[in-house]
Amino acid sequence: MVTLTIDNKTVEVPKGTTVLEAAAKVGVEIPTLCHMKLDNLEIENKPGGCRVCLVEIQGRKNLAPSCVTEATDGMIVKSSSIRVMNTRRTIVELILSDHPAECLTCAKSGNCDLQSLAIKMGIRELHFSGEKSVHREDKSPAIIRDMDKCIMCRRCETMCNEVQTVGVLSAVNRGFNSVVSPAFEQDLQDSACTYCGQCVAVCPVGALTERDQTGAVIRALSNPDKTVVVQTAPAVRAALGEEFGQEAGTLVTGKMAAALRRLGFDYVFDTDFAADLTIMEEGTELLDRLTRHLNGDSTVKLPILTSCCPAWVKFIEHNFPSLLDVPSSAKSPQQMFGAVAKNYFAEKLNVDRKKLVVVSIMPCVAKKYERGRDEFAVDGNSDVDFVLTTRELSHLIKLANIDFHTLPDEEFDQPMGMSTGASVIFGTTGGVIEAAVRTAYELYTKKPLPKVEFEELRGMEGLRHATIDFGGLPLHIGIAHGLGNARKLLEEIAAGRSQFHAIEIMSCPGGCIGGGGQPFHHGKSDILKKRQQAIYQEDRNKPIRKSHENPFIYQLYEEYLGEPMSEKAHHLLHTKYFDRSTVFEQDGNASETDDKK
Amino acid sequence: MEITRDLKNHKVQLSENAIALVKKICRRFNYQEGELINILHAVQSQFGYLPAEIQELIAKELDISVAKVYGVVTFYSFFTMKPKGKYPISLCMGTACYVRGAENILNEIKRQLNIDEGETTPDGLFSLSSLRCVGACGLAPVLLVGEKVYGRVAQADVRKIISEYKAGCLTHPTKE
Repeated sequence: MVTLTIDNKTVEVPKGTTVLEAAAKVGVEIPTLCHMKLDNLEIENKPGGCRVCLVEIQGRKNLAPSCVTEATDGMIVKSSSIRVMNTRRTIVELILSDHPAECLTCAKSGNCDLQSLAIKMGIRELHFSGEKSVHREDKSPAIIRDMDKCIMCRRCETMCNEVQTVGVLSAVNRGFNSVVSPAFEQDLQDSACTYCGQCVAVCPVGALTERDQTGAVIRALSNPDKTVVVQTAPAVRAALGEEFGQEAGTLVTGKMAAALRRLGFDYVFDTDFAADLTIMEEGTELLDRLTRHLNGDSTVKLPILTSCCPAWVKFIEHNFPSLLDVPSSAKSPQQMFGAVAKNYFAEKLNVDRKKLVVVSIMPCVAKKYERGRDEFAVDGNSDVDFVLTTRELSHLIKLANIDFHTLPDEEFDQPMGMSTGASVIFGTTGGVIEAAVRTAYELYTKKPLPKVEFEELRGMEGLRHATIDFGGLPLHIGIAHGLGNARKLLEEIAAGRSQFHAIEIMSCPGGCIGGGGQPFHHGKSDILKKRQQAIYQEDRNKPIRKSHENPFIYQLYEEYLGEPMSEKAHHLLHTKYFDRSTVFEQDGNASETDDKK
Repeated sequence: MEITRDLKNHKVQLSENAIALVKKICRRFNYQEGELINILHAVQSQFGYLPAEIQELIAKELDISVAKVYGVVTFYSFFTMKPKGKYPISLCMGTACYVRGAENILNEIKRQLNIDEGETTPDGLFSLSSLRCVGACGLAPVLLVGEKVYGRVAQADVRKIISEYKAGCLTHPTKE
């Protein structure tokens, strides 16, 4: 332990603690900009680059960046001396001198860490002017890069490389020209970007934002020729309230349904319904593969991987083209919903699919990309027309002058608003596999579950595993969230060393509750934990908690699909994956790799 | 060396030999990420430049992201993604050469070839770069075409030197 004094307060901390962390311990909040630490996810970005957290240390000539300076015994630190305050203000002014003053119209306005800092510093005038860095705007289907606003904090780079191991973003060029960019300054859509959106989730400014589709949705809603249906993903209800100042972890399911109805959606449905449908298809596929495997069929591949997460799907398509037969062929809930809405429901309403507009509310930016994939359209008409993030929905509600707090709790419409507790937990890491196990267990053992909740599948560790007793058969399950963790499991599979029967993978840390389209957490990772608790609470509140007991799912199979994995179900609810690797990734043969290691 | 270049799209097709050579260099450095700069050095000395396809190959061999490789290539001014001309022209801008009028010579070359520093003529014959002191200050200002040294170059000599190479009366001065 070391003892030091910060702003006249004495604090004792373990060796290795930074001055910034030590200060927080005695209630001294030193302002930061580039620094970010997500405690229970073991994610940290501290390049020490922005210099906003400078402090004065007695006996040192220069001010020291507190985020990368280790606390030592007897250190005397001043975090708010006149010298520190003046320097910090100058630094923020210098950052602002190369930043577009577009706050009024910036997508990040009100949520921008740089803006907050400028307010905190009381900056009323900019004393520095000169050349500004100018970069080409990059508009992908999901993410917009406006690098004129980049402050080189490198948080996106940390997420893209260290956490997600996607490796698309890197600092390139030098000095004033340096910028975070994909290789060869290509556009994101030409790169191996998975659109997971974790770069967007951590960007402190407006350099990385989602592609806004609120305008298109308003146009659809105001078109009398269109029937507009909306679906909301499980994780949205556990986070939307934050945009209206509510405590993290507040469930706003009923108010959200009410708001959507007031916005003018003709049918307010739930992606959770499609999540139950996913379990029917994916669970059946799991049992099918499992039984064939146990019967000695060597053509069947195990483990089976969940396929709900579009960023994860794109990740495997780019990085593991030899494993494309491993993920379940089941579409994601969003796309299952779109397919059922544009076929079954459109027929029921007797509406042409081109006049039916399907809007998704998602915690995710990759869903914006997923909806546009060619295989999810019929004659150019996509199954899902528009995707809004949780944040965009909140903008729409505010724009429509709806007082969110005084809204009554309303129910979803039927039939596609009916869902079970199993579908709600899709929103958190471990949830999809738990939902699948609830159903697969009963179908396999033909016995009711002794206990619905599987604590062993829950948690926040990036890689987890559990063994579930399936009536004498030990079923080995792996769970990964964050693509870096997923990569470890995939490498095991590629090497033939995987012990698992089934694996759940979610791209975002925490699962969808931590998605790139969720309200910004501003580095506070306990927000994710609270959202996770809210999701489990919603599950407990549901009268039905197993997907195969959803009465409207039964109805859908009876009226339309036949049975899980039927030909019709295959046509509407299953998909295939494509090799998106580059030339050199393809030609890498195993022997070459072996002699390397 | 064995690179077919599609000048329009800046796309190159690496031959089997070229791929094997890059792989060999990566192996020589034990596929160490920390050796990236040395590997890029060695590869550029073979090919004259570092096209995107070579960077992709190096990234794959070292199991690092191509964005990272590109980041290093763009950080150091020594590395170039533009192919050098058949006759790379370098002009010394060191103190001695500079005071004896190197800048005028440089401008004259730019005017004659209609390219800027770091660029290559569209026909692929000439590229232009400046360097600092070749250790022949007595001959200032000094101009190099490949490894052939021209001393006490006057502005009026530039056209003659270039036209000699254009006419093809001088063979490739760089080492094959």
